[in-house]
Amino acid sequence: MNTATIKTNINTAQPAAETAQQVEKDSVYSTRQLNLWYGNNHALKNVDLEIGENEVTAIIGPSGCGKSTYLKTLNRMVELVPSVKTSGEIQYRGRNIFDSDYSVEELRTRVGMVFQKPNPFPKSIYDNIAYGPRIHGIKNRKILDEIVEKSLRGAAIWDEVKDRLNENAYGISGGQQQRICIARALAIEPDVILMDEPTSALDPISTLKVEELVQELKEQYSIIIVTHNMQQAARISDKTAFFLNGEVIEYDSTDAIFSNPADKRTEDYISGRFG
Amino acid sequence: MRTSVQDMIAQSKGKKNKKFIEKLIPVILFLIASVSVLTTIGIVMTLIIETITFFTRVPITDFLLGTTWLPFSNKEAQFGIWPLIVGTLKVTAIAILVAVPIGLSAAIYLSEYATDNVRRVIKPVLEVLAGVPTIVYGFFALTFVTPVLQSLFPEIKIFNAISPGIVVGIMIIPMIASLSEDAMSSVPKSIRDGALAMGSTKFEVAMKITVPAALSGIIASVVLGISRAIGETMIVSLAAGSTPKFDGDFAGSIQTMTAYIVQVSKGDAGYGTTIYYSIYAVGFTLFLFTMAMNILAGYMSKRFREEY
Repeated sequence: MNTATIKTNINTAQPAAETAQQVEKDSVYSTRQLNLWYGNNHALKNVDLEIGENEVTAIIGPSGCGKSTYLKTLNRMVELVPSVKTSGEIQYRGRNIFDSDYSVEELRTRVGMVFQKPNPFPKSIYDNIAYGPRIHGIKNRKILDEIVEKSLRGAAIWDEVKDRLNENAYGISGGQQQRICIARALAIEPDVILMDEPTSALDPISTLKVEELVQELKEQYSIIIVTHNMQQAARISDKTAFFLNGEVIEYDSTDAIFSNPADKRTEDYISGRFG
Repeated sequence: MRTSVQDMIAQSKGKKNKKFIEKLIPVILFLIASVSVLTTIGIVMTLIIETITFFTRVPITDFLLGTTWLPFSNKEAQFGIWPLIVGTLKVTAIAILVAVPIGLSAAIYLSEYATDNVRRVIKPVLEVLAGVPTIVYGFFALTFVTPVLQSLFPEIKIFNAISPGIVVGIMIIPMIASLSEDAMSSVPKSIRDGALAMGSTKFEVAMKITVPAALSGIIASVVLGISRAIGETMIVSLAAGSTPKFDGDFAGSIQTMTAYIVQVSKGDAGYGTTIYYSIYAVGFTLFLFTMAMNILAGYMSKRFREEY
């Protein structure tokens, strides 16, 4: 099983969709008129966003602006919160993720996620990485060994843990745990990786490592990262979306957002006047 | 002008009896706490002394190696403990076969699937089940479960190991379910989210993440359940019979260690007889079994503790 072929297969799986919608040729996700409510709280308002392939898209905004909610909607993890209602649609590779025949398991197999706090499973490092492939039916020990090594190398942590693969993943530092979680997501070779403030619980050196990693990963993956650290967004992303009170205020290339924002509120936020 | 608060505090601190009470309180609390420890020591001492008296009359080798328990025989009484142990183990084995699958399933349902409303109703009901007096369970075994079993399998006798085994199992379900549920609920949500985000189904999360992570608590709950099944008295006294047997028969009358003690205590033997002392030896054996189980539970919960 060669990884390159798997990815090519995924990418060419919807040729019809690509020709039909030329405009969205490079879109992984296109969100149209997305609204989301937690009970009566209107958390996302008419969100429209196109997320590009093999790009890093940063989502910034003050606390409570809906940026994490939006990210969790992309793999439907938001639905774990009781009393969530949505309207509108999110096309992932040309398919509406809210379609009743699109199972969340299938979606989440394509779209990996890295959380705010490192959350490795209380298992060995090896079993953490092998978890995804195993539940999706890969049992061959040799193939699993390969996947584990490749994923740990991909997350730039192989050299640090290669001699302790059988130790509990909670025995390593927080920064290493977070890269284990990234490796765990890489193990099923997803198409998109969602990152929800992945460095907010890490020290500066670990943060730097994760940021470098994001730069490397975008060669192969489309990455959407929520961050409250504007310098981080400026450093690592290609495009930036600024959320405020559940609305997308501005969405443009990161250079444009940070050097020449079109909206006054964006300017106020990135210059640190609020949030 | 009134005196400052600091002055008032200084005045009240100076009061003698406050200091005296502060010193007295830990002494009183220590004495009260000692009562439970001393009681335990007293019980164990009584058991040991009376057991030693028993072994002056019956050789310890006969007791530990014998496979015939015939204390009431007029010709030659025999005190081989194994038939009583086998009887106890038969009931315990059936109880575990009943309680572990049901208790764990209930725990998985409650911690992984049930909504808060469902949990709010079911958990108290489970705890009510834990509060039913064991004598009621005993009648339930004798007057309901046994006739039902007999109608299905006519070879089952009125007194047997199966019916009390099932009912002892029902009795320990709440304990296993509740303790296992506590262990599973304490697995952090963030870990479950991590697994769900990999495309796991709920059942995969339950079986591959939550249960392994909570294994120490689950094993401890099962071992404590075994301990209770071994020590259970009323159900087996009512429904298991009083025939100590060293064989593999589950359908006929048996006798457990606890049921033997009840039988003798009801007045079949006078004070100072060998039979009277035998209940201490049996009681001590029982005590060793349950103590071993409790130590095992403690060890298991340390051994399988997952860090998170």
